[in-house]
Amino acid sequence: MAFGVRLHIWGERACFTRPELKTERVSYDVITPSAARGILEAIHWKPAIRWCVDRIHVLKPIRFESIRRNEVAGKLPAGTVSKAMKTGRVDEVHYFVDQNRQQRAATILRDVGYVIEAHFEFTSRADDSDTPGKHLDIFNRRARQGQCFHMPCLGTREFPAAFELIEADEQMPVVDDGLSGERDLGFMLHDIDFANGKTPRFFRAKMQDGVIEVPPFSEALA
Amino acid sequence: MTAIANRYEFVLLFDVTNGNPNGDPDAGNLPRLDPETNQGLVTDVCLKRKIRNYVALEKEDEAGYAIYMQEKSVLNNQHKKAYDALDIKPEPKKLPKSEAKARELTAWMCQNFFDVRTFGAVMTTEVNSGQVRGPVQMAFASSIDPVVPMEVSITRMAVTNEKDLEKERTMGRKHIIPYGLYRVHGYVSAKLAERTGFTDADLELLWRALINMFEHDRSAARGEMSARKLIVFKHDNPMGNAPAHLLFDSVKVERVEGEADTPARHYSDYRVTVDVEALPAGVSVEERL
Repeated sequence: MAFGVRLHIWGERACFTRPELKTERVSYDVITPSAARGILEAIHWKPAIRWCVDRIHVLKPIRFESIRRNEVAGKLPAGTVSKAMKTGRVDEVHYFVDQNRQQRAATILRDVGYVIEAHFEFTSRADDSDTPGKHLDIFNRRARQGQCFHMPCLGTREFPAAFELIEADEQMPVVDDGLSGERDLGFMLHDIDFANGKTPRFFRAKMQDGVIEVPPFSEALA
Repeated sequence: MTAIANRYEFVLLFDVTNGNPNGDPDAGNLPRLDPETNQGLVTDVCLKRKIRNYVALEKEDEAGYAIYMQEKSVLNNQHKKAYDALDIKPEPKKLPKSEAKARELTAWMCQNFFDVRTFGAVMTTEVNSGQVRGPVQMAFASSIDPVVPMEVSITRMAVTNEKDLEKERTMGRKHIIPYGLYRVHGYVSAKLAERTGFTDADLELLWRALINMFEHDRSAARGEMSARKLIVFKHDNPMGNAPAHLLFDSVKVERVEGEADTPARHYSDYRVTVDVEALPAGVSVEERL
């Protein structure tokens, strides 16, 4: 935990989609470790490091809202693109949204705030120049100044995440009273195991007074 | 074509008079409402649609500005012919042979399609590089004040079916918002622009699209919509010089004095101020409209 960071994130809406309810999206009650990792990576990441989320602090009451949107049903086949590249014409590559439309509802979270506590580990791609201090400095400097590689989001890109570094000597933001006590959030996605054919791995999320202890990824269930 | 070298954030204010800016398919096409605050909502995808349509109109068939996600209303005959000739069959989901090949496909898509370069697109999920994350990201737009949608009953002096002939006319419904001023926040990442080749010229086109998109989206349902203000924050540093939320906080939209309790009916009922003094070093502000 020597290289730990604490990042306060918040936003008006969020959608951390449950994998079992993904066509008509339903969000988890809280941010997943996987989404939290994505937010950290939006601020600083290199192939040399891997972010590990240790703890998630939920600051605000869990509230839902539903929104239905017109979405498209298909994806662009790679074959169409290579064909168009051969002929050098773009007019064959298109997608008519009104012919292939789906209306999908999403049950999303409202007015969220979290603190992510995380540290990073080195991967096999780290070399001598990758010292813990260097990456920690970069992350803290960027987070302090509001810098980011791309705007982090709360699950999906239409819900941007505002962020702020919590300095080492700074107090934690206040947790809402409604979150006191223990709450079992059930099985929740921990992260995707990209080394093993993108297998999702889960853990049993328990929230104690707004705090979720995230087990190491190796202990998550495949 | 070199990509943009600065990060940007923008605030767009647009208003609607006697129209429905974005219908809610869940609520019988009533204007979208935030159930907690009664503020009106317009989704990000609704605005992106209009940006695409504007670019398709302005650039027509210009190379490099094709639009991948098309609406049929902007379709010209040539496209239609191509579509018919192509006889689109769902191709088997297949992996491009190598990652290099996939990258080539992605790069070609970015080069030729404005919307892929700007907003990104998903081409086959099997290969990661078949996914493009565009530099431009938008949030939901919401109205400054709560809006009250009105239901307007209308009649048509004709019927659709012969069996209804004796009815002589049919009735319909329109949902309108008398007036609403909406505010939307957007983000442009320089680093993602580098990957898709989103250039300064593209950025200028995006600003033009944001300012003009409603001018080319007139319809019976929309009423009068117009872009009122476009405030652009430019960071000196590609990674940014300040948190986005602080910049957004510097743009204040308030009711003109003494009118706070009455319903707003015009843009002149609002006052928009940008606290330029409070902006952090390294960030410049530009009012595009």
